[in-house]
Amino acid sequence: MDQATLRFLIQLGIIGLTFFMLINASALLVLAERKIMGFMQQRYGPYLVGPHGLLQPLADILKLLFKEELRPKDADKWLFTLAPIVSVTAAFAAFAAVPWGAETTFFGLLDTPVKLGVADVNVAVLVVFAITSMGVYGIVLAGWSSNSKYSLLGGLRSSAQMISYELAYATALAAVIMLAGSLSLRSVVDAQAGYWFGFIPRWYLFLQPLGFIIYVIAGVAETNRAPFDFPEAEQELVAGYNTEYSSVRFALFPQAEYINMTTMSAVATDLYLGGWHGPFLERFGLGWVWFLVKVGIILFGYIWVRWTVPRYRYDQLMQFGWKWLFPAAVLNLIATAAFILYFNA
Amino acid sequence: MPDAVLFYVFAAVAIGASLLVIGQRNPMYSIMLLIASFGALSALYIQLDAPFVAMAQIIVYAGAIMVLFLFVVMLLNAPQEDAAQWDRTHPLRRPGMGRFGAMLAALLIVQLVWALVRVNDAGTAVGARGDVADLSSVRSVGRVLFTDYMFAFEATSILILVAMVGAVVLAAREERR
Repeated sequence: MDQATLRFLIQLGIIGLTFFMLINASALLVLAERKIMGFMQQRYGPYLVGPHGLLQPLADILKLLFKEELRPKDADKWLFTLAPIVSVTAAFAAFAAVPWGAETTFFGLLDTPVKLGVADVNVAVLVVFAITSMGVYGIVLAGWSSNSKYSLLGGLRSSAQMISYELAYATALAAVIMLAGSLSLRSVVDAQAGYWFGFIPRWYLFLQPLGFIIYVIAGVAETNRAPFDFPEAEQELVAGYNTEYSSVRFALFPQAEYINMTTMSAVATDLYLGGWHGPFLERFGLGWVWFLVKVGIILFGYIWVRWTVPRYRYDQLMQFGWKWLFPAAVLNLIATAAFILYFNA
Repeated sequence: MPDAVLFYVFAAVAIGASLLVIGQRNPMYSIMLLIASFGALSALYIQLDAPFVAMAQIIVYAGAIMVLFLFVVMLLNAPQEDAAQWDRTHPLRRPGMGRFGAMLAALLIVQLVWALVRVNDAGTAVGARGDVADLSSVRSVGRVLFTDYMFAFEATSILILVAMVGAVVLAAREERR
């Protein structure tokens, strides 16, 4: 086999692997969420299906597949079908621009190294931001097309929330971009290689502690997770925007949510936690293990927060977003700009 | 060759979706089709080696402005927009308005034809002036925006700020009543 074919096949394999990992990430997160919730509430969580309940996500999916598909009589047929598709497509597509490993030749198999990640885009940060912001359409359309008041309120809340938190999110991103001097996630990660004083990793987490906190909070709000899960506040809105959905169509919404969480964590890892850079493993071309570990830690944080912090009140959420988070993000941006000017001049 | 095929696919999607936007009655569908059209346009920008413009197009138009449109349509809850039920005395239905619109359309066509003819005369596309590489670089876009077009840029920001303050004032006044 010549190099070009091999390279093509390996690229294809990387794309397939990324897709496979994302699907499994959503399944694993469902299980992790239920297990961790069980642990926090002093019960077992799912433990019957498979060893330690490991096959529970599979059982969940099978159950949903065999359920009847319902559509309310007055629902808008096209948009009702389109909404979950938009949600899950945006979720998958956003990950395409996220690199998850260093360049590798697969132990000398290729003569020029190939980059781990679906696509290496030079404006990757913007691509991820643009496509994840498309996800809001899935939720809004689901809310509107169901022709149900609970769904509509869920959809409205979600769009207002996402627009509000996108600002703080983007401003936090901008500070990191200024530090790295590039919009490419790969260059941002590579700018974080090495150590200060020989032992502190050069992660942007240490230069941008406030930015990281803002990013994480806005990220939780963007993915509609507790304590900001207003679009699906059970006590007030039944299930919010997906109240009227059932079967596979319903399953696509949580799947999109879990994939969005994964993307958010992966981008946070690339931007703040040095991506695949870490001690020891990198020497053997296994930097991506660090990447997975870091993403896993952030995802655990997501679940941890969900089951410990109570939900905000809606007006408090808006106040917090506009009056605290956004000004803090702008201050962070200005401080970062001043820092760069002072030290680079 | 694949570039040309992709160009025609995206151009067809952009034009088809835009036609459908004005071609059907449900405003919700119009919004979704307009988003599809924006998406196809941004794909064309990517083909022109301007990924930054493409992403800005998606973030600003498809992401922010269309969400606003969607919001308005949802709040008005007006899925039907029937021209026959319109008020006959509506300012937009005056015959003079129709003529004015037709004149503008004719002007646009003349402009487009003129531009196309000129491109063919020169034998090169507009982008072939050599600054294509600059277009794709965020750095150069930023530099030009904050040097050559500083005044226009700042004036636009102030305009948007004024609009924002105006909206807040109007909304607050209503609340006090």
